Amino acid sequence: MALILFLPIRSMPQKTGLFDQHKSMNAKIIDFYSWQLPLYYSTPLKEHNAVRQACGLFDTGHMGEIQVEGRDAEKLLQLLLIRDISGMKPGQMKLGVMCNAQGGILDDLTVYKFSEEKFWVVVNSAPYERDFGWVQGNARSFEVRVSGLREQTSKLDLQGPKSGLVLERLGADLNELKYYTFSQAEINGIECIASRSGYTGEKGFELYFMGDKAPEMWNAILEAGAEFGIEPCGLASRDTLRLEAAMMLYGQDIDEKHSVLECPYEMLVAWEKQFIGKEALERQRESNIDKKLVGFQLLDRGIARHGHKLLDNGKEIGVVTTGNFSPTLKKSIGLGYIGVEFSKPGSEFEIDIRGKKARAKAVEMPFYRR
Amino acid sequence: MENPSDRKYTNEHEWCKPEGNHVVVGITDYAQHSLTDIVFIELPKIGQKLEKGKPMCSVESVKSVSDVFAPVSGEVVEVNPEVEKSPELLNRDPFGKGWIAKLKIDSIEELESLMDSKQYTAFTEGKEKKE
Repeated sequence: MALILFLPIRSMPQKTGLFDQHKSMNAKIIDFYSWQLPLYYSTPLKEHNAVRQACGLFDTGHMGEIQVEGRDAEKLLQLLLIRDISGMKPGQMKLGVMCNAQGGILDDLTVYKFSEEKFWVVVNSAPYERDFGWVQGNARSFEVRVSGLREQTSKLDLQGPKSGLVLERLGADLNELKYYTFSQAEINGIECIASRSGYTGEKGFELYFMGDKAPEMWNAILEAGAEFGIEPCGLASRDTLRLEAAMMLYGQDIDEKHSVLECPYEMLVAWEKQFIGKEALERQRESNIDKKLVGFQLLDRGIARHGHKLLDNGKEIGVVTTGNFSPTLKKSIGLGYIGVEFSKPGSEFEIDIRGKKARAKAVEMPFYRR
Repeated sequence: MENPSDRKYTNEHEWCKPEGNHVVVGITDYAQHSLTDIVFIELPKIGQKLEKGKPMCSVESVKSVSDVFAPVSGEVVEVNPEVEKSPELLNRDPFGKGWIAKLKIDSIEELESLMDSKQYTAFTEGKEKKE
């Protein structure tokens, strides 16, 4: 009889190449899906406001880059992604979603097209290993090579209206780079891939470069950004910023248990092409989806949090997936799944906040637009 | 920020300061610092009877929700409407403008049994070392 041991995939806490920098800056460190990451350095609000008004620098080295190369690279990605990427030009990137055969969301990601035969898929930190296995497992009948680049790649997000000026000081003029495009750049003498994108709803850049350069790049950007009011930013402000922009967080707002048709990614589905999960989604579309992810705003005082119930006359009609106080709008906002009949903007319901009922209404997303 | 010597402290990081026949209650600088930016407070109700060590109200930062525990037993006779309007007062001036409530207390012994500023300062310094 074979003895099978089920070991956790990761028993050791993971660190990015900047862990020592975070420590020396007195960051409050937390465990984020087994990654030791900064929650904040100064205070969450100060960091949030820096991104909206000046700029902020995030260590996003925990995110995962998967490279797909070869003659069939696009063909494989067309099978894996619910979205049609056939029209992409080199230097363009797109938001994408991978589903399992049941139409559940495996991950949300960005696709970078370098050439007809080379793409990057940048995925969330927690599902990175599973995603990599999924891409590789589905690649068997294709002429492609799939490589995981996370170990050797560092990633920093520089976000905020002043971020272009900071990069200019470091020798890279990326001000003309259009939203959701990328290019090679030399920043502080370090070779990078820089894209005009991010997870804050603000103008900004995502920078990828060789892993061992992380401390050098981190320090150079903070130094160059000092005159513009840059702040190093942690996960707390990243969360309030992305919520204001109504960007979903994988593992919290969306996951395998939720169909892509229940969330705003529904509009990405390319029904005219083949992809994994399509049959299931077609069946769900016919049998009607009974809940939707909506944005809401509280009408009473209070802050809704993940897991709080949404009620209509005391009857449970949904659940909060993310809720917080919006520092920019000075309102209490959130995301949650709710019965479709309540999902139209303007529809009112109640939220059970630790036993107290607060009125709320569904609103248009995003909450904040720059 | 120094812990003022005119009041008493709990190991849950509340302070209470005698003022006439009542005590004023708030959270300490250590508490506001570890909570980070406070964006919401649910005040206790006037007339509410509080029991020492039981939750009297809750404060929320963007990252967490925390209960504030009654440092002593008593009845709420006044609350600070300013912190409801501007919760950041709890961060900016925790020992002054950021006070939460005034209580009519049941027993002076309960108040006297709490830590003084020196003991509390030593208590928080010990905590920081452990972290």
